[in-house]
Amino acid sequence: MIEFKNVGLVYPNGTEGLKNINVKINDGEFVVIVGLSGAGKSTFIRSINRLVTPTSGSLQVDGEDILKYKGKNLRKLRTKVGMIFQNYNLVKRSNVFKNVLAGRLGHTGTLRSIFNLYSKEDKALAYNNLKRVNIDEKIYNRADELSGGQQQRVSIARVLTQKPNYILADEPVASLDPPTSHQVMTYLRKINKEDNITTIVNLHFIDMAMEYADRIIGMRAGEVVFDGPVSEVTEKTFEEIYGRAIREDDLRGGAEE
Amino acid sequence: MTKNNSLTQKSIPLYPAKTKMQVTIIFLVILGFYLFSMIRTQEDMVGGISGALGNMYVVIEKFFPPNFTILSAIWDSMLETIKMAIIATTIAAIITVPLAVLSAQNITTFKPLYYLTRTFLNLLRTIPDLVLAVIFVGLFGVGVFPGILALTVFSLGILAKLISETIESVDMNPLEAMRASGGNVFQVIWYSLVPQVAPQFTSLVLYVFEINVRASVVLGMVGAGGIGLVLNQQIKFYNYPNAMTIIIVIFVTVLIIEYISNKLREALL
Repeated sequence: MIEFKNVGLVYPNGTEGLKNINVKINDGEFVVIVGLSGAGKSTFIRSINRLVTPTSGSLQVDGEDILKYKGKNLRKLRTKVGMIFQNYNLVKRSNVFKNVLAGRLGHTGTLRSIFNLYSKEDKALAYNNLKRVNIDEKIYNRADELSGGQQQRVSIARVLTQKPNYILADEPVASLDPPTSHQVMTYLRKINKEDNITTIVNLHFIDMAMEYADRIIGMRAGEVVFDGPVSEVTEKTFEEIYGRAIREDDLRGGAEE
Repeated sequence: MTKNNSLTQKSIPLYPAKTKMQVTIIFLVILGFYLFSMIRTQEDMVGGISGALGNMYVVIEKFFPPNFTILSAIWDSMLETIKMAIIATTIAAIITVPLAVLSAQNITTFKPLYYLTRTFLNLLRTIPDLVLAVIFVGLFGVGVFPGILALTVFSLGILAKLISETIESVDMNPLEAMRASGGNVFQVIWYSLVPQVAPQFTSLVLYVFEINVRASVVLGMVGAGGIGLVLNQQIKFYNYPNAMTIIIVIFVTVLIIEYISNKLREALL
């Protein structure tokens, strides 16, 4: 369970990233955070694995306040909370398998990881995860030889190899075309249901949010302006979140499946 | 319509008049500097050039034909020079790794440490290789060992600087991902930094190796071992045909090494 209690974040340059956030995310939920760019979606998500550190309030993951974590505790938290990025963030010159095994870093000793001494189980886990996202035939290709959608699937496999309780996805489909976007979201959704991994996804496409989310959190200017199950959401809700009428480019378009 | 006509008649300048003016003034000032320094040094030049032409004949007469019978005798010294360069480059390449990481701003976020290593490397680079050789020859006596030390320190300065700049230009996204998956500093560096830097690292090490082969020739002249030492002796004995052979051997060796390392670098990048 993740619980934001009066969380605020002010960046060193004075920008307020988060303002008095109070949100509780239950285990197994698939939450989509929507909002215009600059609304604080990324800051919200990155607070949970402390890639950014909120400056006030308390943020609890599994009942422990993570804001004071340092060093070892912080790495332990990050092992538990996996992350997927807009630009996939793979090591382009390394092969797919090595990229996926990097998900085990938090569980592996420094020396063992430097000499690639992964256990048989870890390697089997990494390979199975590649299979789950259907990219196992590319195992020894260099990451930069893959298309965007394929790279994002590798990064999903990497996150799964981490065996997280939570997955954070920061605009995972923003650099992909519509069919690939739906494919990636379908995998995320499937993993959420099969492994019961709490998943929090940042999106700015309204139709995708509606299609995949259990629950939608709307953000504007660092504040949560909407929080409710997807059944309560209408077009009007989005107009309130965005503070303007819905436009064509707020929609990603149909799935080709 | 009339407006359109006036636009086409008076061509629009590519740069604003003010910029043009500034550039012209800067250009004129620099030209002035050149003319001034040319006039001031003229007196020495005029006599110098005609003298050099005359001397050229003397030099050619003395140095040619090269005495190739000594080839087998100097071969060992040439090998010694190459060995010096190899050992020095290898040691420098190893020590460079921590230094380059510590002097890269994007990895070493702890400012005092960054400034400390940066300053140390800057100091290292200000010492000319010849001075280093003189110091080490003074400390350890004539021979190969002070030469290796001088070359190591000299190439460390160049390598660490170039590689830390390569590190500063890497894509930070994979590093963020490794950090987000719970990796510690060493794992983050090994998994996301090393693969990105490795090709440039190898290329720069090869480049510094080439520099070291050339530099070790010069260092030999102040007693730091290798072919330079032999060259210096022959010139001191006025044995110019022998010296010419040594120069040709150095020239060919450097060319071969450059060719090989260029091919290696092409394959890497």
